[in-house]
Amino acid sequence: MDLDLTPAQEDFRAEARAWLAGHVPRTPLASLETEEGFAEHRAWERTLHAGRWSAVSWPAVYGGRGRSFLEWLVFEEEYWAAGAPARVSQNGIGLLAPTLLEHGTQEQRARILPAMASGETVWAQAWSEPEAGSDLASLRSVAVRTAGGWLLSGQKTWSSRAAFADRAFGLFRSHASAGRPHEGLTYAMFGLDAEGVRVRPVGRLDGRPAFAEIFLDEAFVPDRDVVGTPGDGWRVAMSTAGSERGLTLRSPGRYVAAARRLVALWRAAADPGDTALRDRVADAVVRARAYQLYGYACAAGGPRGAEPSLTKLFWSELDLALHETALDLLGPYGELAGPAGDAPAHGGWAEGFVFALAGPVYAGTNEIQRDIVAERLLGLPKGRRA
Amino acid sequence: MRFALDDEQREFGRTLGRMLGASDTPAAVRAWARGDHGPGLALWERLARAGVFGLAVPEAFGGAGPLPVEATVAFTELGRHAVPGPVVETAAVSVLLARLAEAGRPVLAEAWLPRVCDGGARVTAALPGAPGGSPYALDADVCDGVFVAPGGPDDLFLATGHGPVQPSLDPARRLALPRCGAEPVAAGRAVREAARLAADWAAFAAAAQVLGVGLALLERTVGYVRQRKQFGVPVGAFQAVKHRLADVRVGLEFAGPLVHGAAVALAAGTPGAGAEVAAAKAAASDAAYAAARAALQLHGAIGYTAEYDLSLWLGKARALRSAWGTPAACRARTLDLFSL
Ligand SMILES: Cc1cc2nc3c(=O)[nH]c(=O)nc-3n(C[C@H](O)[C@H](O)[C@H](O)COP(=O)(O)OP(=O)(O)OC[C@H]3O[C@@H](n4cnc5c(N)ncnc54)[C@H](O)[C@@H]3O)c2cc1C
Repeated sequence: MDLDLTPAQEDFRAEARAWLAGHVPRTPLASLETEEGFAEHRAWERTLHAGRWSAVSWPAVYGGRGRSFLEWLVFEEEYWAAGAPARVSQNGIGLLAPTLLEHGTQEQRARILPAMASGETVWAQAWSEPEAGSDLASLRSVAVRTAGGWLLSGQKTWSSRAAFADRAFGLFRSHASAGRPHEGLTYAMFGLDAEGVRVRPVGRLDGRPAFAEIFLDEAFVPDRDVVGTPGDGWRVAMSTAGSERGLTLRSPGRYVAAARRLVALWRAAADPGDTALRDRVADAVVRARAYQLYGYACAAGGPRGAEPSLTKLFWSELDLALHETALDLLGPYGELAGPAGDAPAHGGWAEGFVFALAGPVYAGTNEIQRDIVAERLLGLPKGRRA
Repeated sequence: MRFALDDEQREFGRTLGRMLGASDTPAAVRAWARGDHGPGLALWERLARAGVFGLAVPEAFGGAGPLPVEATVAFTELGRHAVPGPVVETAAVSVLLARLAEAGRPVLAEAWLPRVCDGGARVTAALPGAPGGSPYALDADVCDGVFVAPGGPDDLFLATGHGPVQPSLDPARRLALPRCGAEPVAAGRAVREAARLAADWAAFAAAAQVLGVGLALLERTVGYVRQRKQFGVPVGAFQAVKHRLADVRVGLEFAGPLVHGAAVALAAGTPGAGAEVAAAKAAASDAAYAAARAALQLHGAIGYTAEYDLSLWLGKARALRSAWGTPAACRARTLDLFSL
C-alpha cells in the first residue's frame, strides 16, 4: 500500500528519485568515521546541496525547499531506498538547525544555516561530560562573562564526529548562583579549531574515531554565538533533545530500506524451514512498517510531537533487531567486519550493526526514555531523578 | 488520503466509548460467560442502533459501509470495553455475503444483511478453509445464522446445529463446532474468494479489538499502580514498574498505525491488503499480550482472581491472539510487505 500523495507530491517524489538515481555514488563511500570517509561524505553533502536536497524542509532562503513534513518523509524514503550515504551533517541539520529556527536570531540563521546545508561547516554536539551523562544538568563546564562574549572552560566527551568536524554546540554553566541544576546554563557554539580548544579523538568499539573528547581552556565565544538567552540554555537544549529523539533524527525511510534489504537477504540466504529466523525477519518488517505509518500519522497531525521518547525507544531497538537478524542470516559470514573478496556481498550490515549497538545509549539512554514515558505520558510518580 | 482520523470519526469513537462506559459491560460479560445472554444482547441492541453492525455492510443492504476506518474506531472501543459476542464474526459474515453479492449472488446478502445491520439477526462464522480460520464458531448458541466454509470444495453452508459449547481461555468467548447439512447455500470460486476476504476482515477487526483490549489493560494498570502503595510509596514510583509499562505503551503506540494502515488497505482493496492486515494482527496481538502480562504481574495476586474485573480483559488478550490468524501465520504473510 502506498500513501496517496497529491500529484505535486508525487512529482516531488519522482524528482527526488531521479536526482538520486543520477547522483548517488555507485561504490559506497568509506566509513564517515575515518578521515578519508569524512572528506568523501562532506563532498557528498556539497553535491546534495548543489541539487538543493540537503535540507528539503528548510526555507528556501537557507538552501532548502520549504517542503512539508510529509514531503520530508517521502524524500527520506527515496534517499535511503537509493542507498545514499549516511549524513555527516546530521547533527547540524537535524539538531542545531531546528533549534536555531526556534530559538536563534535572524542573524544566526542567515550566517549559520547556509554553510551547514552545503557541508562547509560540519557540526558536533558537545553536551556530555565525564561526570554528566544521563544527568546532563549536573554538567560542570563553565562559561565566564568577558567583554563581548564568554570564556568556555571544562571538558566535554563522547562528541560524535568531533574528531573531524568544524564547530560544536554545547551547554555551559554560566550563572553559578542559580538554585536548581537546570538553571543558569548557557547554550553556546564554538569552533573546534579555536584557541583554547583541544580535541582528542576516541575510538568506538571498532577502533574508529567516531567521537572525541573536547578540552576547553578559556575559549572565547562572542555574544552572537550564544543561542537563546544566556542562563536559559536548558530550555533551548530541550528543544534540541526533542529533535534528537524524535522522527527527524532517524526517519522511517531508513528502516524501511533496511527492512527491504533484510527480506531480500532472507529470500536469498535463508533456509525456509527456519521459522525462528523467519519470524525475526517478519518482526523487523512489521516494526519498520509501523514506524513508516506512524510517520504518516504524525504528518497528518496525529500523534505529533508525541513523544520523541516513544520514538527513540522504538527506532533504537528496531535498528538493533534489523542488524542482529541480518548478521544471523549471513551465517558464518556474519562475523566479517567488512567486505571480503571470497564472501557474499555483506551489504554493510556489520558496520550498521556497530552503529546500531549505540542506539540505546546515545540521545538519552533508553532507561531514561522509559522514565520519561512513564512519568510524562502515563502519569506515574516521579522517581528520584531530578 | 489523510492518514489520521477526521473529527467525525473521532466523535464516533467518543460517543461509542461513552455509551459503553455507561453500560456496565463487566456485568454483561460475566453473565455472557455463564450462558445468560440477556444483558449482553441488550448491549448488542444499543450497538446496532449506534450503527456498529452496518460498518462492514454496503448501503445496498442497509449498511453504511464498508467503512474500515470507522470499523477500526468501533472495534477498538469494543475491545476497550470488553464487549462480548461475535462482533468480529458479524463483520466477517457481512463481508462474505456482500462479496458474494458482488460476484452476482445477492440472495444471501438480501436475506441476511439488513437484519444484521439493525440487530434483528445475529450471525457468526467458521471459515477453516481461509487463512486464519478455525473450525470453531464463536457464540453459535446465540446466533440465528452460522456460516461455514470448510474449504476443500468451495462450498458455503448454513449450520443446522452445533456441538457442545466449549469454554475458551476468555470465559466470555464460547466456541462450538457447527454441524452442517448436506446442501451448501453457495458454491464455487466466488465462495473461496469471499471467504478469504472475510477472514482478512475478521483478522483486521480482531486486531483493532485486541488493540482496545491492550489499551484498557494499560489504563487500568496505570491507575492501579498509582494508588497501590508498598514500602510507603505508590508501586508506580518504582523504576522496574515504570519501565515495564513504558514498554507496553511503546508497543501499543506503534501497533495503532498498523491497524489504521490495514483499514486503509482494505478500503482501497489493494492486493497487498492481506499482508497489511497480518502485520496489524501480529503487532496488536503482541502489544496487547505484553500489556496483559504486565497487568497481571503489576496487580499482584488480585490480578489473578476471577472476581476482579481485570480478568475480563486478560483472557481476551490471550484468546484473540490465537483467533483469526496465529502470530506465526501472520508473520509469515508480512514478509510480502517489503518484498523487492
Ligand atoms: C555512539 C555514541 C555517540 C554519542 N554522541 C554524543 C554526542 O555527539 N554528543 C554528546 O554530548 N554525547 C554523545 N554521546 C553520549 C551519550 O549522550 C551518553 O552516553 C548518554 O547520555 C549516557 O550517558 P553516560 O554514557 O554517561 O551513561 P550514564 O549516565 O553513566 O549511565 C550508565 C547506565 O546507567 C543507566 N542509568 C543512569 N541513570 C539512570 C536512571 N535514573 N535510571 C535508570 N538507569 C539509569 C543508564 O541508562 C546507563 O545504562 C554519545 C554516546 C555514544 C555511545
